[in-house]
Amino acid sequence: MMNNIIVMPMIIPLMTGIILIFLRTRVNSQRILSILSSIATIAVSLVILNRIQHEGILRLDFGGWLPPYGILFVADSFSMLLVVTTSIVTGILLIYAFSSIGKQHENMFFYPFIFFLVAGVNGSFLTGDLFNMFVCFEVMLLSSYVLITMGGRRIQLVESIKYVTINVLSSWFFLIGIAYLYGTVGTLNMAHLSVRVAEVGQGPLLTVISLMFLIVFSLKAGLLLYFWLPGSYSAPPTVVAALFGALLTKVGIYAMFRIFTLIFYHETAITHTAIGIMAILTMIGGSIGALAYNDIRKIVSYNVVIAVGFILAGLAMSSEVAFQGAIYYLIHDMIVKALLFLIAGTMIYLTGKAKIEEMSGLIRNYPMLGWLFFITMLSLTGIPPLSGFISKVFLGQGAIETGSYLLLAVAFMSGIFVLYSLLRIFLNCFWGETIISEDDDVPLKKGMLVPCVLLAIMTVAIGIGVEGLVPYVSDAARTLMNPDIYIEAVLQGNR
Amino acid sequence: METLITVLVGLLVTVAVYLLLSRNLIRVILGSAVLSHAAHLLLMTMGSGLKKGSAPLLGENAASYVDALPQALILTAIVISFAVTAFLLVLAYRTYKKTGTDDLYALRGFDDE
Repeated sequence: MMNNIIVMPMIIPLMTGIILIFLRTRVNSQRILSILSSIATIAVSLVILNRIQHEGILRLDFGGWLPPYGILFVADSFSMLLVVTTSIVTGILLIYAFSSIGKQHENMFFYPFIFFLVAGVNGSFLTGDLFNMFVCFEVMLLSSYVLITMGGRRIQLVESIKYVTINVLSSWFFLIGIAYLYGTVGTLNMAHLSVRVAEVGQGPLLTVISLMFLIVFSLKAGLLLYFWLPGSYSAPPTVVAALFGALLTKVGIYAMFRIFTLIFYHETAITHTAIGIMAILTMIGGSIGALAYNDIRKIVSYNVVIAVGFILAGLAMSSEVAFQGAIYYLIHDMIVKALLFLIAGTMIYLTGKAKIEEMSGLIRNYPMLGWLFFITMLSLTGIPPLSGFISKVFLGQGAIETGSYLLLAVAFMSGIFVLYSLLRIFLNCFWGETIISEDDDVPLKKGMLVPCVLLAIMTVAIGIGVEGLVPYVSDAARTLMNPDIYIEAVLQGNR
Repeated sequence: METLITVLVGLLVTVAVYLLLSRNLIRVILGSAVLSHAAHLLLMTMGSGLKKGSAPLLGENAASYVDALPQALILTAIVISFAVTAFLLVLAYRTYKKTGTDDLYALRGFDDE
């Protein structure tokens, strides 16, 4: 079997990270190698994504142990779409890091940990085994602990204590959930779990276990349990914050989609209703937070929270069209959130201030940055030619199909709050009296502008060229809706 | 035996929760370590019960073998929790050096920027 390629999106970043450790003092070689490795990961992921369209879901059994006995990687359209987006966003963020992160970070293993983080993220997307997912989560989280504390400023240390502790707790819940699940149905292979759960019926016991997983992934994704998120996402340097905002919550969302469409899809009246209520509260809470603060970093972090609620509203509706909307929004959000964090970070770098009332008239000094922010704002709100639009259409359609009008109303209202919170930044910071004179104008580095432009091009390209994405996304949604396709691909009859 | 271990798990969780809720940073870290041990014990007990057959080695001629998977899971989980605890300890030390306190009440919020 030539399916070995599936492991590449995890192995390439992992090996790159290890090699980069040995190149500690050679910053230039580190940069070149990391860019090359990102390009390789993107290329490999695209190849896999296209192979899935011809050959169906691919799987790789490690060590030749047939499922359900061994650990395996499974690549379907949903996971590969996310892997591709992760690789592209990371590559672009690396370019931003080159000009912004500073020599001190680069000498202290900054790039290796970025790659370990990506390895963990891609591994979580690809794995077909629940315990393996736990391990990949930990790889990702440990790297994120390092990245959030790196630099050792007071705010970083204080915030990371909360971040690490809450994640230790949620990992503990994950482990407990795995223990109960293994004790109940005696397997950890996700496809096999799905079969076993369907066989014995999802009774009250299994539903309680599924709610434990809901808690775990809600903590990771920031669904309702997002109290730790705004603080920890505003502490680290811009690139790291962008990486977290774009990737980390998405892994939790992915896991939630996987678990609740593949394994625990029998008691939707309990689990999916709970997800729906949590999504509504998340969107409301996120909107309040986004309006309440004057600190750009806080506003941007609360925008992450709103998006989490929006995507999981799609899961709560649980129809194929809604899933399509959610997947489009996931891809769109990874790109645009990275862009938003980068622009916010750049604004703080240029002015040295973080409060919106302390900045003014930036568009006079940095017109390009201002218009980029404008595009981001429109894209996040879902204005037609940009990437946010299509997902809102599908999600709205799904909501009407399934009759979830409350979810629909809250989801679309949250869009207005996103617009308002960002418009506040735009009006306060970019318009108005210019307070920075031409002389003490901090020059905007090209290396900071280029990644923003690239991400903006991507959001426009996805918006206009959405036709190209349709086959992949509809295949992904179809697989999510019909767990049998996934199970058949993994177990191939040997149940 | 399983019941006894389950009660022990409950006891460990109680201790861990008490430690986690305290204001002292070191106690919180110790709490997280105890908590992970409780999870490991639970994994072993939940898996397929405690030792029911002989060790899963080919040389042993036994009627039944014990399920090796929970032990593999625990081993992995122990390594991970070791790494996380080590990291947390270093983090606590750095924070103490930087802020001069290990009281979580004094560490909440940030005002230096």
